[in-house]
Amino acid sequence: MENITIISKGKVTAIVGNLVEAVSDGPLIQNGICFFQHEGKEIMGEVIKTEGNKAFAQVFETTRGFRGGMEVHFSGSMLEVSLGPGLLTRNFDGLQNDLDKMEGVFLEPGARTFPLDKASVWPFTPLVKSGDAVEAGDWLGEVPEYHLRHKIMVPFKWEGSYEVAWIAGKGEYRITDTIVRLTNAAGEEMAVTMIQTWPVKLPITRYREKRRPGKLFETGVRVIDTMNPILEGGTGFIPGPFGSGKTVLQHALAKQAAADVVIIAACGERANEVVEIFTEFPHLDDPHTGRKLVERTVIIANTSNMPVAAREASVYTAMTIAEYYRSMGLRTLLLADSTSRWAQALREMSNRMEELPGPDAFPMDLSAIIASYYSRAGYALLNNGKSGSITFIGTVSPAGGNLLEPVTEATKKVARCFFALSQNRADSKRYPAIDPIDSYSKYLEYHEFIGFAAREIGSSWIDKVDFVKNFLIRGQEVNEQINILGDDGVPVAYHEIFWKAELIDFAILQQDAFDAIDSNTPLKRQKYMLEKVIEVVNTEFGFDDFNRVRDYFKRIINLFKQMNYSEFKSEKFRDYESQLHHLITEKITA
Amino acid sequence: MMRAKAFQKIYCRLTNITKATCTLEATGVGYEEMAYVQGRAAQVVKIAGNKVTLQVFEGTEGLRSDAEVIFTGKAPWLPLSDHMSGRFFDAFGQPIDGLPAVEGREFPIGGPSVNPVRRKQPSELIATGIAGIDLNNTLVSGQKIPFFTDPDQPYNQVLALIALRARVDKIILGGMGLTRDDYLFFKHTFEQGYGQSKIIGFINTTDKSPVERLLIPDMALAAAEYFAVEKNEKVLVLLTDMTQYANALSIVSNRMDQIPSKDSMPGSLYSDLAKIYEKAVQFPDGGNITILAVTTLSGGDITHAIPDNTGYITEGQLFLRRSPEVNKVIIDPFRSLSRLKQLVIGKVTRKDHPQVMNAAIRLYADAANSKTKLENGFELSDYDRRVLRFAEDYSRDILAIDVNLETEEMLDETWKLFSKYMTRDEVGIKQEFTDMYWKEKQPA
Repeated sequence: MENITIISKGKVTAIVGNLVEAVSDGPLIQNGICFFQHEGKEIMGEVIKTEGNKAFAQVFETTRGFRGGMEVHFSGSMLEVSLGPGLLTRNFDGLQNDLDKMEGVFLEPGARTFPLDKASVWPFTPLVKSGDAVEAGDWLGEVPEYHLRHKIMVPFKWEGSYEVAWIAGKGEYRITDTIVRLTNAAGEEMAVTMIQTWPVKLPITRYREKRRPGKLFETGVRVIDTMNPILEGGTGFIPGPFGSGKTVLQHALAKQAAADVVIIAACGERANEVVEIFTEFPHLDDPHTGRKLVERTVIIANTSNMPVAAREASVYTAMTIAEYYRSMGLRTLLLADSTSRWAQALREMSNRMEELPGPDAFPMDLSAIIASYYSRAGYALLNNGKSGSITFIGTVSPAGGNLLEPVTEATKKVARCFFALSQNRADSKRYPAIDPIDSYSKYLEYHEFIGFAAREIGSSWIDKVDFVKNFLIRGQEVNEQINILGDDGVPVAYHEIFWKAELIDFAILQQDAFDAIDSNTPLKRQKYMLEKVIEVVNTEFGFDDFNRVRDYFKRIINLFKQMNYSEFKSEKFRDYESQLHHLITEKITA
Repeated sequence: MMRAKAFQKIYCRLTNITKATCTLEATGVGYEEMAYVQGRAAQVVKIAGNKVTLQVFEGTEGLRSDAEVIFTGKAPWLPLSDHMSGRFFDAFGQPIDGLPAVEGREFPIGGPSVNPVRRKQPSELIATGIAGIDLNNTLVSGQKIPFFTDPDQPYNQVLALIALRARVDKIILGGMGLTRDDYLFFKHTFEQGYGQSKIIGFINTTDKSPVERLLIPDMALAAAEYFAVEKNEKVLVLLTDMTQYANALSIVSNRMDQIPSKDSMPGSLYSDLAKIYEKAVQFPDGGNITILAVTTLSGGDITHAIPDNTGYITEGQLFLRRSPEVNKVIIDPFRSLSRLKQLVIGKVTRKDHPQVMNAAIRLYADAANSKTKLENGFELSDYDRRVLRFAEDYSRDILAIDVNLETEEMLDETWKLFSKYMTRDEVGIKQEFTDMYWKEKQPA
């Protein structure tokens, strides 16, 4: 945060946890940032309630050593982030401090670092000329940022229309250099640099309109792309008890998804999980551009041991950066792990403020807060006719794995995809443990997607997906019957149905996230395998003994698994395929 | 910890006394500062105007309203030095082993967190000889992982066993609500195992106030950070029993009139536990802190707020239970998980490790289904019978806590059982590994 004006000063009167009460000598702003003057350092806080000249602030760092009478400076702005070229590859904390610039091994209270690099120069290309009419969000020029062309835009905060008075020519500039001067309606000239700021709690809405999503957002995860697709600009959430594979799934999405920019908000989760990303992403290739994954990634790390109050800030900071890149006409993926930790941070503060609690002691407006956050994602048509999207996937950590708790319930109302992780599947190591029957994607019903699928994937794609989904339900029903009546208490045909459902499970739903080939399945391959599986499912084998059914299908499943582990259409793949073909014809003609 | 110095201001009028706290009028007091009330250790938990509320660790029983209150001017601290090795201390860092106090540099406890970008990815395997850990849930230095266990399981014995086998530089035991018998068990086991070199204990026994034990994890981890950061040592921290710690948290929050959330626990339970467990770290200069904790369950219920929040924080959990088939204590292959094992299995260990591990657990799950069939009176198929025998051998010869094997031996033993009872298709492992390790069919 830069250029902050102090509008009033005050003195601390009370401290409990990270809630601090202070009396101010001047005006206060709701959600305004304030600075506590503690032992030569400035500790940042946010005013969350005012009562006359009394301010209640949540402090973003430890309050250890705070004293009554301590001085506090109230600023005239809300929590803002700096937006400009150079955000990619960076690791920020929840308040957008660049963690790599911090000194020492431990995070010292009051340490702040600038999120961007003021010294580096960027080759700028203008996109408008003098005399052009522009308004907030319009593209003025661009600089290359790794694989993408980073647009320099009219600052989002600027209201009304402007005329380009002067624009810098093609050349190299620092982010603080004036590259454009605009004239407003009153004839005043205003300078534009490559940096602008934006308050994180407000959405950036400098686009023409939001549209219903229609295009598949490829993730390479079969149980998502094939069975429960998420779309560009779509929303989804992953609830699951601990140990059900939320993190592995999120990392798979961050690595494989067809996005231009990936923003990961590690909100109140384990530090070692972020370390895994720090360590691996610089070496892993983006499957879509062949460049390093780190080059399309921004990480906002507010791990569980970092200050609780900054957790809330971290998800908003991440969303604002996603909106910034969406305004450049890019496909962004925002992952937040986990929104439950953010909700808990809200609960802690609401509790300290002695507000009347809602269900499970969460604040009463929890579901409204979650809904308005999810609504910031979406597919946007920009003013220039281009489009950009934020696909948002949040994880939820339901207490006790019980999905009937406030955070899950509030999220279910707003997210369009529900990827339910099941403890039973995780226990039997059927990963990813996304429950094929409980999970859903509302997008399968969107006529925009139905049209897209028919055009881009295959004419009867949705029918095939429905067929497989229904077959899984039949498989489960039959399995229950077998469990009740015994193996020989049901017709042999029941065993065939059950094992065909198992085949769908093993060949399509299950996927080895740690295998270089199986972990990422491109849509073409998913289609090929789905059709192959359906072929087997539609074959009448006519067994006479249930034991044979199992033995036979175990062999089929094994061949499918070996195919999944082999390079698509390689010699090895073809070999397993012909073994499979042989096994089937042998059985039918026998 | 120290007593009053000559220049310190002394207060002697308490305006309010509750079961755990007292309030007085004082000025210039810092939040979280330590104080002494009638000689008892206390900490500032609330400041409102000139009213200061203190949490009295040893309890407020018998406190006089004209009690002498001295503020120390600093947050809780611990003197740290090399001389701590082999010593046992109470929650305030005072010796309980009858030996003189340790001199050392004073460090604040509960200090700042490590910058996540300065952490290194854990990559060293800590071998324990127990297959439930090394084979199925490999422990990695810098990891934090609890045992989830019912109180009747021998969790403290298992903890001590692992500590004795693990190749680390220091072992720091944080005992919370430990019975005196268990404290002496740990003390004797470690003395026999190491002499005086490796172990340091911070112990709160059941005969002390429960609120005191809130200091134990911070004490143990401040010491761990000292050895890992200043001496680049590999430190293993044992915390037993974290359920007792959480119960103490709920006592304090209750007496502070906070609105409880699930299971009467404070709403901040997740953050309170995370602050402790996240001290597990691999430092850039080679030192590391690994935390092995115990969370006792009530009737195996992991949906209770304490194990539930713990599970979301720690990098996996190890379920301790008795296997009725073979009458031995095992680490349950189903609910147990080590999240960091992916960093070492098949990389530091043999390439077939991940697939062997998963295949064995899948068969073990099949055996559980077959067992249900048997219990429901259904006829068993040939596959059911084979998989049941596989599971029995697997529990007795590989999983049982009292078996001590190298990881490669565990893998070889598992391949032996696969070959003995199963076919290659039924095991479903990548062909390159079955080609390499499948044993010739032995008479079943």
